[in-house]
Amino acid sequence: MLQGWVIAVTSFAYLGLLFAIAYYADKRADAGRSVIASPYIYSLSLAVYATAWTFYGSVGRAASDGVGFLPIYIGPTLMIALWWVVMRKILRISKENRITSLADFIAARYGKSALIGGAVTVIAVIGILPYISLQLKAVSNGFLILTQYPEIVMPAKFGAVPLMQDTALWVALILALFTIAFGTRHLDAAEHHEGMVAAIAFESLVKLLAFLAVGVYVTFVVYDGFGDVFERAAASPALAPILTPLEGVAGSYSSWVWLTILSMLAIMFLPRQFQVAVIENKDERHLSKAIWLFPLYMLAINAFVLPIAIGGRLQFPLGIVDADTYVLTIPMAGREELLALLVFIGGLSAATGMVIVETIALSTMVCNDLVMPVLLRMKSLRLTERPDLTGLLLGIRRGAIVLLLLLGYLYFRLAGEAYALVSIGLISFAAVAQFAPAALGGIFWKGGTRRGALAGLVAGFLVWSYALLLPALARSGWLPIGLLERGPWDIELLKPLALFGLQGLDQITHAMIWSMVANVGAYVAVSLAGSPSAEETRQASLFVDVFRRSGDAGGARFWRGKASAPDLRNLLVRFVGAEAADGAFAAYARARGLAWPREPLPADAGLVHHVETQLAGTIGAASARIMVAAVVKEEALSLEEVRTILGEASQVVMYSLQLEQKSRELEAATAGLRAANERLKDLDRLKDDFLSTVTHELRTPLTSIRAFTEILNQEPDIGVAQRQRFLGIVTKETERLTRLINQVLDLAKIESGRADWHESRVDMREVVADAASAMGQVFQERGIRVELKLPERVRAVSADLDRMTQVMQNLLSNAVKFCSPGDGHVEIELCEQAGWLRVDVRDNGPGVAPRDREVIFDKFHQVGDTLTEKPQGTGLGLPISRHIVEHHGGRIWVQAGAPGAHGSAGACFSFTLPLLRDAALEEAA
Amino acid sequence: MGEFETRGQRLIALCLLGCLLFNYPILAIFNLPGTVLGIPVLYAWVFGAWAALIALMAWAAERKD
Repeated sequence: MLQGWVIAVTSFAYLGLLFAIAYYADKRADAGRSVIASPYIYSLSLAVYATAWTFYGSVGRAASDGVGFLPIYIGPTLMIALWWVVMRKILRISKENRITSLADFIAARYGKSALIGGAVTVIAVIGILPYISLQLKAVSNGFLILTQYPEIVMPAKFGAVPLMQDTALWVALILALFTIAFGTRHLDAAEHHEGMVAAIAFESLVKLLAFLAVGVYVTFVVYDGFGDVFERAAASPALAPILTPLEGVAGSYSSWVWLTILSMLAIMFLPRQFQVAVIENKDERHLSKAIWLFPLYMLAINAFVLPIAIGGRLQFPLGIVDADTYVLTIPMAGREELLALLVFIGGLSAATGMVIVETIALSTMVCNDLVMPVLLRMKSLRLTERPDLTGLLLGIRRGAIVLLLLLGYLYFRLAGEAYALVSIGLISFAAVAQFAPAALGGIFWKGGTRRGALAGLVAGFLVWSYALLLPALARSGWLPIGLLERGPWDIELLKPLALFGLQGLDQITHAMIWSMVANVGAYVAVSLAGSPSAEETRQASLFVDVFRRSGDAGGARFWRGKASAPDLRNLLVRFVGAEAADGAFAAYARARGLAWPREPLPADAGLVHHVETQLAGTIGAASARIMVAAVVKEEALSLEEVRTILGEASQVVMYSLQLEQKSRELEAATAGLRAANERLKDLDRLKDDFLSTVTHELRTPLTSIRAFTEILNQEPDIGVAQRQRFLGIVTKETERLTRLINQVLDLAKIESGRADWHESRVDMREVVADAASAMGQVFQERGIRVELKLPERVRAVSADLDRMTQVMQNLLSNAVKFCSPGDGHVEIELCEQAGWLRVDVRDNGPGVAPRDREVIFDKFHQVGDTLTEKPQGTGLGLPISRHIVEHHGGRIWVQAGAPGAHGSAGACFSFTLPLLRDAALEEAA
Repeated sequence: MGEFETRGQRLIALCLLGCLLFNYPILAIFNLPGTVLGIPVLYAWVFGAWAALIALMAWAAERKD
């Protein structure tokens, strides 16, 4: 069943499916409904880290040295924990500066240096080529092995094949076409490839499922679970190195450590990882899910590596079947055709995912940071005057993709067979690790300079070439092998694999130690020896302090010169097209509150900066700088001026912090004053109310006294009985007047704190009984039934006896006033509650409405409409009672009482007093 | 910002913990012959600690204070 055409058709169907997914995602993105704006898609797209190298190579490495493959996946797990700090910063910087690639990022940090961008691009291309060739090798080998089914024959046995019959060449060409279709269909101003990301996320699922399927097959179908696999391995002496892998070998721990560090750096600085993690990121909050989902993915895809490796070693004699192909050959040996096909598709998805993203990232770098800066500098081409450059940009990128894949194929053809998959991948890892000092140093250390970064990159790259690339070429037969064994010119100290006599380490560890020493050393030393230029100082500040600046265009304040808005627009149109350019201008105008194009935009520093940033999003920071400089007249800022601006900026930040502090204090003070003012106004109003109420209250009895005395005075022949009655009224009104004045004086005394209090031990039962009997006459007159509910005995309180009597009389006379005559009912109850004595006075009158329950304790407040109804009291009884109760440390309030006869709510006035502490002791005695 | 800083510090601490767990000398302690539940001790340790570390990272990264 597994003929060549079946495999080919299946592969093309799979690629077609990928393309459909990408097409759908692109359409959705154009409609503004992105499918990739999800933390899950983001996490899956990060899994482009797992390439064909993981898919086939992990088993290969595990088959020879056991756990040795694991640091490559543990390293990223450790690194991604730091992403919340490191990657969030890189994301923020990249969004603000519209970074398009790793080279662009490093170049922008060091003064938008085209030289640095070019150097990074060259290192990345040379370093990554073997890695791309590895993918081609994996796919073409997989295809060749599968077509031999049911035989298991290694492709190396075929010998040299003619160029046009080489599967790898066809794989490279197909992948190049596919990548062009994916990544460079049109020019996106923001360098987002939504369709590509969606397809990559899907590929990550496919390769995981395929690998898990073969893992489950080997572990549970061929063998009988993990225990069985390891038991059989233990029984075979040849497999001992797999089971006790770190046994006493000198340097194995150091190799473990360096592999971990290497992969920690690779997860950040492989161009494809930077592409999916930074450039294609939609939202920095996606990090919080990716931080644990991506490591989980790696754990899952590694879980079955060892069982497969052991299974392969047990099934196939050493040397016949390449361990890198066990994933494919074990299902073939078991006659599982479908599973073998699935594995091939899994490997294909791992390889295509890597190739697509890597070549898109590299082609962007080649175009923006290598070719364009050179073309723009060549005055004879007059590129700065061409009306439309979008076609040129796309052409360069497409050309770069084809070139990269053909170079990858060339490497495969010339040198690919000398190494196992894992070694090739590690050589690439070591190359991109050279970016770490300049990139990480650049975002945390302002002191790093352009010269320092360049020196570090070049030094690290040279050591890498000498210690890793040179031996690779020598082993492939392109250089004399004696170079490795005796060193150049027979100088022992310069042997590429034991530089300066450092021996006993594996090749990668050895190269990493020396290249990092050279790289970091040169970066730090050269940076410290010189001093940065104005442009570098400014970019350093924009990068390192990215979280400290506010959202305004931070770069704009460093620009001074003359420009014209139409020139700037034309410039943008040439690179991104009229539509995108107008969109960018409109967005800028909106932020400024201008109705562009009706109102002209001022061609100030802000606009120039905006255009440069937009441009940088398409052609990279360094090229954008050149283009903008060509259309505007700018004055170069000196280093001193930049420093002054930075100094001013930090002073402004400090001042504004101080201002904020001050204004917060002021606000607090103002709020306090306003509250005090409100209180004063309230008091003032209360005083006015008080005065007018008092005079009103005094005038009522005075008026009637005056009226009756005038009658008595003017009518001498009035009858005795009549006279007696009038005099009685006058006396009563005078008494009322006296009472009122006494109460006013009383209240004033209590309020001002000048009242005399005569505290003594008081038995409230007596007070209640006395007050009730003193009012007995009044109750009888009105026909009101009084009920006393007094306990046998209560504990004493400390109180002023006369004042407490006054409170009781106030409450009782209130109750009398509001009870309906005839069927009135007043109930007085006394009880103890947890340290308090509580007195309730209930009546069956109309009750107090809930909204009045607080205000009736205010002075002169009388419930009801005072204009139409005759007030029934002085309005001072309750305020005085409240003052007295509160003076004794108690509380007074009113609530609904027992319902009255006519359905009236009734009122219950209650107050509490604290019980005497030693009253309890007395009771105990 | 406060919450982001706390999260960053927890994750940095977990990274350091990971560096400790997957390194000499802790790794050497588990570099023994013999098996745990049928799995060689070293593999059991690496995969177990790895899974535990991922769980802790999930807790630290997703926790809302």
